[in-house]
Amino acid sequence: MFRVAFFIIFICSTAWAVEPDEVLSNVEYEARARAISKDLRCLVCRNENIDSSNAGIAKDLRILVRERIQKGDSNDQVIDFIIDRYGEYVLLNPKISFENLILWLSGPFFLIIGGIIGWRYTRQKNKESPKSLNEKEKKRLDEILND
Amino acid sequence: MIAELGHLSVIIAFMVAIVQSVIPMIGASKGYVGWMDAARPAAIIQFLAIFFAFIMLTVSFITSDFSVKLVASNSHSLKPMLYKVSGVWGNHEGSMLLWILILAFYGALVAVFGNRLPIILKARVLSVQAMIGVAFIAFLLFTSNPFERLSFPPFDGKDLNPLLQDPGLAFHPPFLYFGYVGLSMTFSFAIAALIQGSVDAAWARWVRPWALLAWITLTIGIALGSWWAYYELGWGGWWFWDPVENASFMPWLIAVALLHSAIVVEKREALKSWTVLLAILGFSFSLIGTFIVRSGVITSVHAFANDPERGVFILLILIIAIGGGLTLYAFRASSLRSGAIFSPVSREGGLILNNLLLVVSTIVVFVGTIWPLVAELVLGRKLSVGAPFFEIAFTPFMVILAISLPLGAILPWKRAQIKRAGSPLIGALSLSLALGLLIWSLQTGGRILAPIGLALSAWVILGTLTDLIVRCRMLENGFFAGIRRLIKLTRADWGKAFAHIGLGLTIFGISAITAWETEDIRVAKIGETFEMSGYTFIFDDVTKVNGKNYSSDMGTISAYEGKKLVAKLKPEKRFYPVQRMPTTEAGINSTFKRDLYVALGDFQNDGWTIRTYVKPFAVWIWIGCLVMAFGGLMSMTDRRLRFASTNKIRRKI
Repeated sequence: MFRVAFFIIFICSTAWAVEPDEVLSNVEYEARARAISKDLRCLVCRNENIDSSNAGIAKDLRILVRERIQKGDSNDQVIDFIIDRYGEYVLLNPKISFENLILWLSGPFFLIIGGIIGWRYTRQKNKESPKSLNEKEKKRLDEILND
Repeated sequence: MIAELGHLSVIIAFMVAIVQSVIPMIGASKGYVGWMDAARPAAIIQFLAIFFAFIMLTVSFITSDFSVKLVASNSHSLKPMLYKVSGVWGNHEGSMLLWILILAFYGALVAVFGNRLPIILKARVLSVQAMIGVAFIAFLLFTSNPFERLSFPPFDGKDLNPLLQDPGLAFHPPFLYFGYVGLSMTFSFAIAALIQGSVDAAWARWVRPWALLAWITLTIGIALGSWWAYYELGWGGWWFWDPVENASFMPWLIAVALLHSAIVVEKREALKSWTVLLAILGFSFSLIGTFIVRSGVITSVHAFANDPERGVFILLILIIAIGGGLTLYAFRASSLRSGAIFSPVSREGGLILNNLLLVVSTIVVFVGTIWPLVAELVLGRKLSVGAPFFEIAFTPFMVILAISLPLGAILPWKRAQIKRAGSPLIGALSLSLALGLLIWSLQTGGRILAPIGLALSAWVILGTLTDLIVRCRMLENGFFAGIRRLIKLTRADWGKAFAHIGLGLTIFGISAITAWETEDIRVAKIGETFEMSGYTFIFDDVTKVNGKNYSSDMGTISAYEGKKLVAKLKPEKRFYPVQRMPTTEAGINSTFKRDLYVALGDFQNDGWTIRTYVKPFAVWIWIGCLVMAFGGLMSMTDRRLRFASTNKIRRKI
């Protein structure tokens, strides 16, 4: 296990990333390639995009992205092209699909539910007023709080 | 002998912890004072025993005793002393011992300084704390014994992973653990409160220093880790949304929520059961974090020490602690009635919104972190969730949080009118909007993020300052009377101001670096000159340098601003022969205005690959974190909160 971990670190995290010979001369193309690269994952690393990975496969993918762009693909076409070959695993930002809805909706869902509960909580009239403290307890509490 | 003493000492601590977890708990429910009082010496002895064991392990590392398996596989005789010591916790077994040490330390703190606590509450708190201790000491003894010997000691050790041989990372785990484990204290308080079935303002006041201490150390720990990633990984990223980072970020978010809701309990006796729930959740996320890091279930860049069998053990602890805590909560929470009424527009309302946003954003991080695992187990799909997702899904909640912060903080308790309470903020609002517009119009085709982020940070900072000015009535009473009042503000008020300003500064740093960073990648020959973002860089040379346990190619790059030499940057490519592993050390020149960041790559044909970045206002990310932590520290030293206070009013309840 250690060996595997070190191997991953060895090839990935001394990040060399985009190398000078890969950079396209067309500035607009290069900018698009960089943007796409940041959303694609290096397949042999952990949680690293191909833009910052030093692994061979990441370099291959970077070059592939640039080739597709030069052939006139749109950004989406490039990404689809790569998903066709490597699967949805390469996407760092999963596509919105039925199964993935929970990923995207959990935040808004809980915000709304929590918002409603919070709102109702603040609106509640003090129906069953709790037993208030007796004199002795109040005095004791003041003692503690004013210390 | 040293290692055996350590091992024996851990076993003693295990026995003591078992006694401490049972006797005081029974004493508390039966009213046996003597049984309850047993918690105090037990907690102290448990701590001393673990501390002794920790010292023994440290001695083994310092003396490079390679007959101890852990030392042989994580140390080396040539390693600098700092890393011999930090090597103690730079591995699975040692870091678990540190975890337990800190756990016992917190228990001992309560035992020694918790004189103000009612004896029953104290007994239960220490008993719950000891139960956690029993679980983790058992984990250490049965699955991860750090004192194991080798029958054939090697001539020299295998060295510590070079990535960990770094001052930033040497102190990152202790701080992080202080935070993680600090939340065990608030958990124990919550469980004790549930058992006794009452929560009051005094309870909130007793819990707050522990929540603060946990939050401060988590803040510093996370900042250290992020700073390390920034200069060590070679391209200046400072947050990766890696599962291991998320593992520390989730308890942090919950701790922030807990700090705020505890204020409501203390001042207004409302949100009681919610606060107890947050205290349980906070530690639950600490355990989940420990599980993620230690089990390797979600492998990541940081996964240095993984072992599935251990994962199962931690999973068990996790299920018992979280499941038990929540079950108890389900049965007892209804006994925690809150009395206070307040309108939605009020300080309480603002704090509820704060809690809601923090908890929801924690859920987003949690779902994003475990989704790949769930998708693979349940749906049989292999997918990834990374930084681009979190940036889109998490950021909006933080934006709303920052927008609502100054307003919520300035509203009075109970009932407020937005117009009246918010009117002092109009100045801050218009200034920040103007700043946003100005930046938006100045920048050509840049990202929309810069104007929004900077307007937000200005709004948070100016809004917080406005709050201070309003609080000391500077406008009504004149400047000097105002200053006098300002000085008299409680430390808790100052803490609030600092923490909020710190957040504003961090938002500023993040927005600036994300929007305006510039980058240059090239193969440069020695002597080559290149320009970017108004700076001229000259690649002077590359020399061979030998460190104590590594060799290095050290580049020298001079940076000029106009004709003036502003920095000599020394990026390094190191090679650690024992582990046969290269690392990069970026050459960084920091000022408050910008970082110049150079990393050295491989030698190719006739030149060196060089990546150069100009990162505007980068240091403010970490300065903001320090200011936040400082705010927490001020708040913690508030006279009312001091847990080290006298036992003047010790009394049985």
